Amino acid sequence: MASLTALELNCSELSVRAVNAAMRELPDGAVVNITEPRGRHNLAVGLSNKLQITIVGNAGYFVGGLCDGPDIVVDGFVGWSVGENLMSGSLRVRGNASECAGASAHGGVVVIEGDASSRAGISLKGGTIAIAGDVGHMSGFMAQAGTLLIGGDAGESLGDSLYEAVIYVGGKIRSLGADARIEELTAEDVERITDLVRLTGFSHVSPEDLRKVASARHLYNFDALKDQKY
Amino acid sequence: MCGIVGLHLKNSGLEARLGELVVPMLDVLASRGPDSTGVAIYCHDVSPGEAKYSLCAPEDDYNWGGYAVQLEEELASPVALRRRGRDAVVVSHATPPLVMAAIQKVDPRVRFFGHGSAIEVYKDVGPAIEVCTRYGVASMAGYQAIGHTRMATESAVTIEHSHPFAAGSDLALVHNGSFSNHASIRRDLVDLGVVFDTDNDSEVAARFIDYQMSHGSDLADAMQGVLKGFDGFFTLLVATEDSIAVVRDSFACKPMVVAETDDYVAVASEYVALADLPGIEKADVFEPMPEELYTWPA
Repeated sequence: MASLTALELNCSELSVRAVNAAMRELPDGAVVNITEPRGRHNLAVGLSNKLQITIVGNAGYFVGGLCDGPDIVVDGFVGWSVGENLMSGSLRVRGNASECAGASAHGGVVVIEGDASSRAGISLKGGTIAIAGDVGHMSGFMAQAGTLLIGGDAGESLGDSLYEAVIYVGGKIRSLGADARIEELTAEDVERITDLVRLTGFSHVSPEDLRKVASARHLYNFDALKDQKY
Repeated sequence: MCGIVGLHLKNSGLEARLGELVVPMLDVLASRGPDSTGVAIYCHDVSPGEAKYSLCAPEDDYNWGGYAVQLEEELASPVALRRRGRDAVVVSHATPPLVMAAIQKVDPRVRFFGHGSAIEVYKDVGPAIEVCTRYGVASMAGYQAIGHTRMATESAVTIEHSHPFAAGSDLALVHNGSFSNHASIRRDLVDLGVVFDTDNDSEVAARFIDYQMSHGSDLADAMQGVLKGFDGFFTLLVATEDSIAVVRDSFACKPMVVAETDDYVAVASEYVALADLPGIEKADVFEPMPEELYTWPA
């Protein structure tokens, strides 16, 4: 819920540029409510101060993208690429997210309490993404580092061309992508998931019951003699 | 790009406001498609056995009165004429093939955009607010609508090339994306006797669905046929007399947001188009998955 002592920035009165510029000037620890977001794109992007931001309602594309500090809660749905290229801080979406949630996030945590759509965590570069519900196809595609936790089901081609990122899935996996494989959970994995469950509040996720998807590393090196075609 | 919107009302109390709700949805998405705009409005306001024919005037001050008289003579039965901006809807109880032949004969310059017991089609070149104002869309009543704002990528910007494409009775389609194999599917359909109005790729999908549905398929089968046969990028929104349906290609790179409340199902390319709908803050909002057919009412 929105804080009563917070600075209110109303998107019906202010442009996205004005909203973001106002937040950029605030001191660390400031609390902001962005009201009537009306699906606007690019809200709360590129901020490096440690703010507590609540977006009260449904937002558009790139919410919280490029941020390096703030903790952002969206009390609603978000469009494509929430938290894209997130550097640090956190993003929590109370509703569903569209495609490319947390794409290329270097750090920080993106929590989606509903479902995410296709390509969640694409090209993840070290951040953590936790989705309570389902994800669409090509999630975790080419993810290089970091963690993708999926509480529900995963769509087709999960973890295609993974590098060192790790994916944990609670539900069904429609299919694995190229070079992705199921691996045994280690004690460190369970510890990592337990921490994440505590952080996210995903009480429906039981750490020991998840499946781990990681790279088989067959695509790491080009095999000139493969199939003798070259 | 292109923007697409759809609104299917479950609460009949909102029907008087359909146009008023749809116009802002289209206006917001003018940024995705400023070239031309179109809308198919579904309203049951003719008697059983009658059908509406959406006609587009060849010039601004067209003599619709004289046209109606000629049409009545040709059909040897009365027609009712409803003026909408520059255009008109003709209501007739004659059989659709007869009426369409008469429309073609009386004045071939009059463009025919669709027919059915409920559908009315308005489309024109220009951004959404201009086109909607030109035809008085905001004051139209009805129980469902689909609309389109076009950014042309593969064929000309003309009235005919604008969406929706209403290929069959009460059937309309809007498309965001582009098909790569539309020419070969068009040739197959032409060989089967299907007649096209334009060289637009989206019209091929509309004609394909109509062909399938007039040869025994239901909407779900026809949409599966699109998924199987059409290559390219697409998010399609199709309306029939009693439902709207969405399907996205396997890449799902053309966006779509669905919002459902007790009062309506609304779909749009971006959530911004839905932000003014009543009760939207309570809606269940999500993005449909690729290669899955969504139909409302379910």
